[in-house]
Amino acid sequence: MNVTNVEPVTALAELQETKPAKVTIVVLSGDMDRVMAAFIIATGAAAMGMPVTMFFTFWGLNVIRKKGTTSSAKDWLRKMFGFLNKGGADNLPLSRFHFGGLGTTMMKKVMRDNRMPSVPELLETAQDLGVNMIACTTTLGLMGISKDTLLDGIDQLAGVSTYLAEAKDGAVNLFI
Amino acid sequence: MIQADVKLDTLGYFCPMPIIMTSKKIKELAVGQILEVASDDEGIKKDMPAWCQTIGHEMVGLEEEDTNPKKVYKAYVKKTK
Repeated sequence: MNVTNVEPVTALAELQETKPAKVTIVVLSGDMDRVMAAFIIATGAAAMGMPVTMFFTFWGLNVIRKKGTTSSAKDWLRKMFGFLNKGGADNLPLSRFHFGGLGTTMMKKVMRDNRMPSVPELLETAQDLGVNMIACTTTLGLMGISKDTLLDGIDQLAGVSTYLAEAKDGAVNLFI
Repeated sequence: MIQADVKLDTLGYFCPMPIIMTSKKIKELAVGQILEVASDDEGIKKDMPAWCQTIGHEMVGLEEEDTNPKKVYKAYVKKTK
């Protein structure tokens, strides 16, 4: 039997060379502040050469829906729900101090004045950097969101197994 | 004083933009060239060495310049691969 001795440091370096640490982020929240944090981590990780997968579910789906899109469900309950829960990455409310939109508008102005990227800009950067984005099929169905109302470039629909397959190899797995 | 081959201005941008801009810019350099990244975000002092360590480029230096009203940090990254 051939046994090759490898220095632990060298082995680790080789491992990192061939298999960079993976990052997965579940985006459940549709709050602007939380989604911003998710995208800052995602774009940062992608810039560090780490493969990133973002899994959008429930309120998080609003981030990757086209602006102003409603539910395409036929039953009146989901229709009404869709009317209240419109999509769009620049439509997200703050988790605190939303104040019917006033607080969020003010926060957006402060961010713009300080040259901080908005959620749509962060989303675009993430796509440029090759962040893998997956929409959860279960909640798409639950909310009556059809695939054609998702943003261009979001073409991966999957469920929990896909997420877990990614997450089990993930060095950083976040739930936001 | 470190001589840079290419300069990148990220003044006024907050995290994560300086790092993202750096990761894009470094692709334009040849191996062995040095990139100077100017930033007024203090986070760069820790973020740039961390980025270099993870991605495998060499951090060759960091300079601080006192300019009103903010400090300007200049990070020097040598492309190694």
